Amino acid sequence: MFAHLRPAIVLLALFVALTGIAYPLAMTGVAQIALPGQANGTLIERNGTVIGSGRIGQPFTSDRYFQPRPSATGGAPYNAANSSGSNLGPTSQKLADRVKDDASSLKKEYGLTTVPVDAATASASGLDPHISPDYALLQLATVAKARGLPEERVRALVEGRIERRLLGFIGEPRVNVLRLNLALDTLQP
Amino acid sequence: MTAIGWLQIALIFALVLACVKPLGAFMARLFSNERTFLAPVFGPVERGFYRLAGVDPTREQGWLAYALAMLVFNAAGFVLLYGLMRLQAVLPLNPQGFGPVAPDQAFNTAVSFVSNTNWQSYGGETTMGHFVQMAGLTVQNFLSAATGMALALALVRAFARSGATTLGNFWVDMTRATLYVLLPISILLALAFAISGMPQTLQGSVDAVTLDGAKQTIALGPVASQEAIKQLGTNGGGFFSANAAHPFENPSAISNVLSIWSMLLIAAALPYTFGRMVGDTRQGWALLGAMFSILIAGVFVAYWAEAQGNPILTALGLDPSGGNMEGKEVRFGVAMSALYAAVTTGLSCGCVNAMHDSFTPLGGLVPLLLIQLGEVLPGGVGSGLYGMLVFAIVTVFVAGLMVGRTPEYLGKKIEAREMKLTMLALLILPLSILGFSSAAAMLPSALASLANAGPHGLSEILYAYSSATGNNGSAFGGLNANTPWYNTTLGLAMLLGRFGYIIPMMAIAGSIAGKTKVAASAGTFPTHTPLFVALLVGVILIMAGLEFFPALALGPIVEHFSMIAGKTF
Repeated sequence: MFAHLRPAIVLLALFVALTGIAYPLAMTGVAQIALPGQANGTLIERNGTVIGSGRIGQPFTSDRYFQPRPSATGGAPYNAANSSGSNLGPTSQKLADRVKDDASSLKKEYGLTTVPVDAATASASGLDPHISPDYALLQLATVAKARGLPEERVRALVEGRIERRLLGFIGEPRVNVLRLNLALDTLQP
Repeated sequence: MTAIGWLQIALIFALVLACVKPLGAFMARLFSNERTFLAPVFGPVERGFYRLAGVDPTREQGWLAYALAMLVFNAAGFVLLYGLMRLQAVLPLNPQGFGPVAPDQAFNTAVSFVSNTNWQSYGGETTMGHFVQMAGLTVQNFLSAATGMALALALVRAFARSGATTLGNFWVDMTRATLYVLLPISILLALAFAISGMPQTLQGSVDAVTLDGAKQTIALGPVASQEAIKQLGTNGGGFFSANAAHPFENPSAISNVLSIWSMLLIAAALPYTFGRMVGDTRQGWALLGAMFSILIAGVFVAYWAEAQGNPILTALGLDPSGGNMEGKEVRFGVAMSALYAAVTTGLSCGCVNAMHDSFTPLGGLVPLLLIQLGEVLPGGVGSGLYGMLVFAIVTVFVAGLMVGRTPEYLGKKIEAREMKLTMLALLILPLSILGFSSAAAMLPSALASLANAGPHGLSEILYAYSSATGNNGSAFGGLNANTPWYNTTLGLAMLLGRFGYIIPMMAIAGSIAGKTKVAASAGTFPTHTPLFVALLVGVILIMAGLEFFPALALGPIVEHFSMIAGKTF
């Protein structure tokens, strides 16, 4: 037993130095030099202020912007310092109540009988940056009206922002809400 | 289910299968003391490590010395990790200024990372500073995986050798696994992950002012480097609370494909290594065939269930064509979320890209059952192979009973001593899972942690103890596991599931190594045929069915019928 102590302690110390310090620091060095934008969180700046990350969803309340999915992060929606899903089970009354509220207001707003599933379900991280193309196209009339823009212009903008499946089959079609809204602000500040 | 969904699933399995032979053959050379192409790079490092540690790499150990070395090494890792978390407030690289982790949570987390479970009762971005993430958690991600590989190699040598008293040297196997396999692949993977968009910085967080004028604090860190070994070593402990569902921890379809591929990589290659080392690669392919046939069945059920959507929500006006999207990310959709859930639990990885707690009842039954099948599909790095070999022993024993012959596996007679030890190892799983679950289900303070009522609540408890005992680490995350009761009992379950299994398994290895190989005769039951694969699959399914069906019937199965009937809780 005691004969094993020296190799245990020495090898542990060596592997802490190698895999716990040298490896992550070397990777950090390489990433910071080769990919500074992504390595620091794909931050987006406008007029010198950071307005968010291109990979992290954020809350929007105004009708002038496209809305993201519901979020269940800790504290407040889209809290990017405390990611979380709702963790409500499929037979949860709380889930049914929440979906009922969200779905009925969407149905009323757009005069629909069914709404895209991502529009009324909370994402796994609570920070989902994307919505489905269906949900984006659904919202364009409201956004165009709030901005006084012709619907066709907004539609062209949304369609240009739909990210397709890689090679036609990898991933899902999606629209990045923050990037879409930024493009909207560029179109009409 | 769509053709595109299945095409994505097929792509990932094809990528994994393409690597089985090259990586498996490389590991067979590495662990048979043959020279590998990485020797010029890591050879000097390896020899330097042995010199400093006083290890004689030519001196082999018997099963007991090997197991003791492993235990001492893991105990040292536990003490270090526990200490780092308790002292976090005075350690460097803690930009968010997190305080010390509470004793019960630090115990739970240290056990969790040392045992390759990576159950997390904490949220990464709200609890752990970068130094603990790197020098504490990342290190154990490497070493717990290397420990698993070393143990699997010891059992493989027991079958490969005849009349042997030694099984190799733990220090050598563990060091080689880390230096030649885990570290180089992690470096490549970390770079690929960084290219796919994961952060890799020592910054703590950034404050942003959103377009709508709200303040958003965005947590950052050295994510890519930790994510690489987290996947490759089937660890699964997330940098962030939302694990690989977090857009920084799995930014795109490409990172998702890489994530799933990398967690399967080593566990799928090790059966080939085993085949090479026992001199018959068909034996390895047979094990892999059994592993993948159950896993793919699991993927099918999970994908089917999630693609149906939730009829309760459909009735409220949600379009069912998108499937069940509560707790899922748009960029992954239902197919990749279901695949991820099945793979992460068929393996003992436990990382998630969707919240299992919000899966449909049958969709959530799949990960739960795959854990309860014993984490051998293809299981954790190393632990999957030794677990599967233990099941192979049971299978030849059952086959031997049917025809009335002494069972043999690879020329080694399986006798009473091995069977007793095998059953001892296998029964740890139901004892811990069902024992702790029933205690928690009767304790009011434990029930207060549930996020969901009705049968789903029981599923949450059952999932927690299955995940801990199976050293998986995924969760029905609604359960508030950061209480003294859960931190302590789940910690004990992880210890039982890891070391309570390993010690009888190593005793089996010692006993098998000592036996003389007997030549195959006309009466020998061949163990590389489809018949053997089918029997092996049957044994795995029947064992778990007998142990867990009653509990599953009260949880996910009854919930499925409630959901169909539109009943909520």
